[in-house]
Amino acid sequence: MNLNQDLDINNNIKPAFSRIPAFSRIVVLSCVLLSCVFISACQPQLPEQFNSSIVYCTEGSPESFNPQLITSGTTIDAISLQLYDRLLDVDVNSGEIIPGLALSWQVSADGKEYLFTLRPGVEFHHTEYFSPSRPLQAQDVVFTFNRISDPDHPYHLQGAYPYFQSVEWSELVKRVSAVDSHTVKFELSQPNSSFLSTLSTDFSAILSAEYASQLLASDTPALIDSLPIGTGPFVFKEYQKDVLIRYYRHPKYWRGLAKPEQLVFDIVPNNARRMAKLFTHECDIIAYPRVAELKLVSKRADVDIQESTSMNVGFWAFNTQKPPFDNVKVRQALALAINREAIMQAVYYGHATAATSLLPPTSWAYDPNLVPTEYNPIAAKALLTEAGYGKGFSMNIWAMPVQRLYNPNAIKMAELIQADLAQVGINAKIISYEWNSFRRKLTNYEHDSVLIGWAADNPDPDNFFRPLLSCSAAITGTNRANWCDENFDQLINQAILTADQNQRRRFYWAAQQYISEQMPLVSLAHSQRFQALNTEVKGVTINPYGGISLANATKEKL
Amino acid sequence: MRAYLLRRLFLLAFVFIALSLFAFSLAYLFPGNILNNLSGLHQISPEQAVQLSHYYQLDQSYFTQYIAYLQRIFSGDWGVSFSSQEPLLQEITHLTPATIELAGYALLISVFIGIPMGIVAAIKPEGILSKSISALAVTGYSMPIFWWGFLLIMIFSLGLGWLPTAGRINVLYEIPHQSGFILWDIYVADIPYKRDAFLNALQHLLLPTVVLSTFPTTVLLRFTRDSMLDVWQQNYIKTARAKGLNRGQVLYRHGLRNALLPVIRQIGLQFSTLVTLAMITEVIFSWPGLGHWLIDSIYQRNYPAIQAGLLMISTIVISANMSTDLLHTYFNPLARKQ
Repeated sequence: MNLNQDLDINNNIKPAFSRIPAFSRIVVLSCVLLSCVFISACQPQLPEQFNSSIVYCTEGSPESFNPQLITSGTTIDAISLQLYDRLLDVDVNSGEIIPGLALSWQVSADGKEYLFTLRPGVEFHHTEYFSPSRPLQAQDVVFTFNRISDPDHPYHLQGAYPYFQSVEWSELVKRVSAVDSHTVKFELSQPNSSFLSTLSTDFSAILSAEYASQLLASDTPALIDSLPIGTGPFVFKEYQKDVLIRYYRHPKYWRGLAKPEQLVFDIVPNNARRMAKLFTHECDIIAYPRVAELKLVSKRADVDIQESTSMNVGFWAFNTQKPPFDNVKVRQALALAINREAIMQAVYYGHATAATSLLPPTSWAYDPNLVPTEYNPIAAKALLTEAGYGKGFSMNIWAMPVQRLYNPNAIKMAELIQADLAQVGINAKIISYEWNSFRRKLTNYEHDSVLIGWAADNPDPDNFFRPLLSCSAAITGTNRANWCDENFDQLINQAILTADQNQRRRFYWAAQQYISEQMPLVSLAHSQRFQALNTEVKGVTINPYGGISLANATKEKL
Repeated sequence: MRAYLLRRLFLLAFVFIALSLFAFSLAYLFPGNILNNLSGLHQISPEQAVQLSHYYQLDQSYFTQYIAYLQRIFSGDWGVSFSSQEPLLQEITHLTPATIELAGYALLISVFIGIPMGIVAAIKPEGILSKSISALAVTGYSMPIFWWGFLLIMIFSLGLGWLPTAGRINVLYEIPHQSGFILWDIYVADIPYKRDAFLNALQHLLLPTVVLSTFPTTVLLRFTRDSMLDVWQQNYIKTARAKGLNRGQVLYRHGLRNALLPVIRQIGLQFSTLVTLAMITEVIFSWPGLGHWLIDSIYQRNYPAIQAGLLMISTIVISANMSTDLLHTYFNPLARKQ
């Protein structure tokens, strides 16, 4: 009975529904609305005014908008070459120093005085927050560098200039002064053959003194590092943390208008997502495609992969102040115990050259006579016994949690090393923290050994040795081996005191020999640098000496 | 009704007190220094520490501290974010519209698709249409949202190239931030490419909204269907029919109103699920909203942000639940007596 009733009622509902148009209307309406969106979705074309705009998908947010304050490659890529100019530039092809904001320069006979003549008529950015009244003058350069070295300067920030600290800028530069409105004089405390290289790095960006004094007058000096004013090809428009950075072209750029009218850095930390956005053309260029996926990506017709030898080195540094790593035999044994060939294949997928020295083979100071440490567990074991650790010991290997140019997968590398070390009786534990705490703890030397690396800021060999292994770097914390050796310091100091390249090369060869004997770190690989871009994007190349310049990027419709 | 309202308001007040107590105690429960957790500042000099402890009244009893905490919350001082060193309230108010927008559209879709489909499914419970709708509903109900979101991205973004994979609008469109609701902001913005921007924003909205609405739609669908079937067995329907009302009138006046009453309440209950799912959806589609931000904060161990985010999200959920409850009571006199 119940069942029948049910059926009966249901049969009754049906015609009732057909007479109620309200619901069908809603259903139809929703369907129409959805299909409208879908149809419009079929044409993901952007308006024509965006044809000359470029979207670069970067892997992280910038830490600051002032290159003086940071060393991270992500930040350098996003800000340095887009917003600023330097006194000198590096020729991407030859590695030679060429004029930038400085038209010419003279060095005194004793190598202690540099006179730079500035380019006339270089305009600063005109933005909503600053209107410059004059072009670039000597006092801007003086402001830029005094800020770094003068502790009483109103803009000086204690301990905030990591790159300049690593090259001991304050000890090196005695005085920076304006001779006249377009001539600047640098007085050094001693000759320094890498001084010009330092001025050509992405960190030596020239700021505006006029903007600084305006900010000081309004009591907001901190804005100088977050609302940037430079002379570069692009003008800052907006920054949304973890979302994007927006630039427009600088209408009065001294080198001529940049090609893209708008340049957006889309911040996409996830590697796979960045790749997906490249495929859907939401990104024109992406930073650091995953090495493991390169083969797959290169099969697509709409994607170009650019590859370049880059000045970098991935290494395994030992904390030489801690036993047993203070024993040179232990360090040599560890170097012998690891199978580098396996690492090159499993971590770099063959996209790197095995390192024999800190310096990459492209450097003029590279010592070609060095031979790579062989893989020899038996010899390693013998050395360990000799050092009194025949029964092995326990240690930790710190592995970066992030992908870096010089090491795409430190954790995998640590696992391989862990397995190799087990063969010679060493019990290794892998440690990885969140990236910021990782670096902080590393600077406090809490590690036994660490897998990390270095990407050069300029082609000068000093840029590898001094920040990585000198005594002063051990104090500032960039010397991951915590290694302070007088002989080594003497070698690199002598090298920098002379301007004669042949003589310098001899010192650097000796330094490399010394490192391979003392083994404070094991140089593992010099990785290639990659970027992936849509085939229609032209005019972008990888700069082997650091940041990326997007001023010449164009999109040609195929 | 008044007594009922009062009862509800008391309950609401109690829930908020409990919530604020919990949020307050988080500063103590999180690892690390209490001053860092409260202020969000990285490095605190000894002089600053003295000042701050005075400001937070750390030398006083827990009760005084709690009162001071409430005062700060109401005066808009939610501390600063560990990671950006920006005021938290400002960050949160900046991000909340994006989440509300996403959740709002998803809820709209659920209501406009789930309820009519539920009614259609109730027409002939044994029919093929009804069965397929129910099958779809069960599929949608049991689908892991992560998998579903990535599947749609794979098909519609990577495969067909129709829709963008992430974000709220193509980054090249410069939309000044006004209300935080992207469609509204485009509408009021003074830009030459308004129409294109609008379409582009809709394209970006489509996938996240569909993914987010899947679960609530299926819940509403099943609920409406069951409720409808239930109501159609009641005697008053038969009475109404017997009185000579035509079928449309019966359905509209007696059937729907009664069948949809529990559905209204269900919409409110769905809201908390919706907010939870919105967080996951925001992560999948890099939607710059509160959920994405909160999950990032958890990853970065940004304790002040976690604390503030929890407070904000719970407040939204509780208020939404409470208001649908009131709405339900307003439409259903029976509920007031319960």
